[in-house]
Amino acid sequence: MAEKIATREAYGKALVEFADKYDYVVLDADLAEATKTIYFAKAHPERFFDCGIAEGNMISTAAGLAAAGKTAFASSFAMFAAGRAFEQVRNNVGYPHLNVKIGATHAGITVGEDGATHQCLEDIALMRTIPGMTVINPSDAVEARAAVEAAIQTYGPFYMRFGRAAVEVINDSPDYRFEIGKGVLLRDGADVTIVATGIMVSMALEAAEALAKEGIDARVINIHTIKPVDKDIIIKAAKETGAIVSAEEHNIIGGLGSAVAEVLCESCPVPMLRVGVEDRFGKSGKVPPLLEEYGLTAENIANKARAALKMK
Amino acid sequence: MERSKLQELSQIAAKIRLGIIESTHAAQSGHPGGSLSIADILAYLYFEEMTVYPEDPKNPDRDRFVLSKGHTAPGLYSALAIKGFFTFEELSTLRQIDSRLQGHPDMKGIPGVDMTTGSLGLGISAACGMALAAKLDKKDYRVYTILGDGESEEGQVWEASMFANHYKLDNLCVIIDYNKLQIDGPVADVIGPAPFESKLEAFGYNVITIDGHNFDEIESAFKAAKACKGKPTAIVANTVKGKGVSFMENKVNWHGSAPKDPDYLAAVTEIKASM
Repeated sequence: MAEKIATREAYGKALVEFADKYDYVVLDADLAEATKTIYFAKAHPERFFDCGIAEGNMISTAAGLAAAGKTAFASSFAMFAAGRAFEQVRNNVGYPHLNVKIGATHAGITVGEDGATHQCLEDIALMRTIPGMTVINPSDAVEARAAVEAAIQTYGPFYMRFGRAAVEVINDSPDYRFEIGKGVLLRDGADVTIVATGIMVSMALEAAEALAKEGIDARVINIHTIKPVDKDIIIKAAKETGAIVSAEEHNIIGGLGSAVAEVLCESCPVPMLRVGVEDRFGKSGKVPPLLEEYGLTAENIANKARAALKMK
Repeated sequence: MERSKLQELSQIAAKIRLGIIESTHAAQSGHPGGSLSIADILAYLYFEEMTVYPEDPKNPDRDRFVLSKGHTAPGLYSALAIKGFFTFEELSTLRQIDSRLQGHPDMKGIPGVDMTTGSLGLGISAACGMALAAKLDKKDYRVYTILGDGESEEGQVWEASMFANHYKLDNLCVIIDYNKLQIDGPVADVIGPAPFESKLEAFGYNVITIDGHNFDEIESAFKAAKACKGKPTAIVANTVKGKGVSFMENKVNWHGSAPKDPDYLAAVTEIKASM
C-alpha cells in the first residue's frame, strides 16, 4: 500500500520548506498543533503570529498585513476560517483582492470523532461565491505542497482546503505538474467520466478499476482547483463520454458537483449524478464508518457511474 | 497650539464639513452625522499628524489611516479631497453609479484610502495587521484608526484590542468617536458599551480622553500617543454627532439621512459663516 499522509501535514511542511525561498508570514488561531503551522512557528517564530481563538480578527489582521505588502497565510479549521470568518474573508480579503492565503484544515467529514460542529461541508460553496477567490482542494500530500507554492507565487486571495485524515499519495509520478485552474486527467475512458476532488480522487480511481472489470470504461479527472474551474476538461469529457459523476467530501449543494453542473448546463448538457454528503450534517465516528454511512466510497461512485450511464 | 495653526485647522475642518454636506446632498444618501463628528480629528490627522503623499498615495513609508467606522466615508473623502488626493468637485459624485467614491471606503478604487471598510469591527483588525507589518519591515510609519462608539459593540473590536496589546503595537492609535448616538438611539440605551476608559485600560491600552472638537486636546493626545512605547494608545474622543451644523447636532435621525434642499442650504450657510 502506498504511503499515507494528511494534506494538512503537507501544508505545514510546505510552509517551512518554502520559508527561505519566499517572504511570507503565518497566522493561526490557537490551532497550530492541529493545522500543522506549528512546524513553521518553531522554525520561524519571528514570522509566526498566534491570534488566539479569534478567527475573525485573524482574517482581518491578515488583510491588514497584506494591505501593507505582506503575503499572509491564515490558518484554522475550515469551519472557522470559511464559516465563522466568512464575512471577514469576503469584505477584508475578497473585496479588496488582497494577498491572503487561507489554509483551512480539518475540512469535511473526515474530521471524524469531533462531529458535526467541526465537520465543515459548506466551505467550498461559501468560498467559491467570493469574486476573485481561488479555491483549491488538493487530493494528496504532493498536490497540497504544490498548491502552497503556487499560492505563494500567485498574487490574490486563496482558499486552500486540507484534511485531517492521512490519505494515500496518488500524484507520485515524476512528471506530475500542478497548474492552478487545470484539471488533471488521471485515467482515460470513453463511457462515463468521474470528476473528483480531494480525498475522493483516489476513490474515483478505485471505482474506475471496479467498473473496468464490468467492461465500463470510466475516465477519471482530478479537479484540484474548484475555482476557477477547468471548463475545457469538463466539456471535453461531457462530449466524449456523454455522462458525468462528480465526487466530493462536501455537501452536494454548492461544491464541486454544482460547479461541474453549472458548466454542463451552460455548455454541454449531459446526464450527471453527484456523490457527496447529501444535505446532512456530519456526526462523530471513526473515519471509515463515517465515509461508509455518508456514501463517500468507491462503491457509491461506481453505482452512480452505472446509473449515469443508463441515463445516456 | 499657535493661534494661526488653530485657525488653519478650524478652516480645514469647516471645509471637510462642507464636503460632507455637499456630497451627501448630491447623493441624497450617506451618513452626515458621524462624518461631522470626526471632522476636527480628520483635519488634525491629515493636515498635522500624518505623513501622506497625495501624488504617491501608495508610498510604502506613509502613515496609514483606517476608517473602521466606514459609513462615515463622506468625512474621509472630504479630507482626502482637500489634501489633494482628488478634486473637491469629485465629492459630488459620491455613491453615483460611475463614481470611484463608493458608499463605503474602497482601497482598490480611491486614492488615499488605505483599507476597505464598512462592515463594523473589521477595520481595527486590519489596522493591527498594518501596524504589525511596520514592525516586521522595521519601518516607522504609524497606523491610525477611527472607530464608532456603537462599533465597540462588535466583539471583534476587543479581539483586535487583545492582539494589539499582546504584540505591543505602540505604532497603533485607536480613536473612538464617542458621539453617543447610534442608529437605534442613544448608545447608552442600545447596549451601553461605556465606560470606555476602564474597558480600554483593562485591554492594555494607553488611554487618553479628550474633547474631540478641541484642537489643543487633539494635539496633545496624538503627541502623547506617539511618545507612548510598548503598548497601543486609545483616544476616547468625546464628540457631538452632527457637529458644526446646529440642527443636526445630537440628532440621531442625521445618522444616515442626507439633507434635502432647504436643510442643505441652511447647513452650507452656517458652515460658510464659520469659515
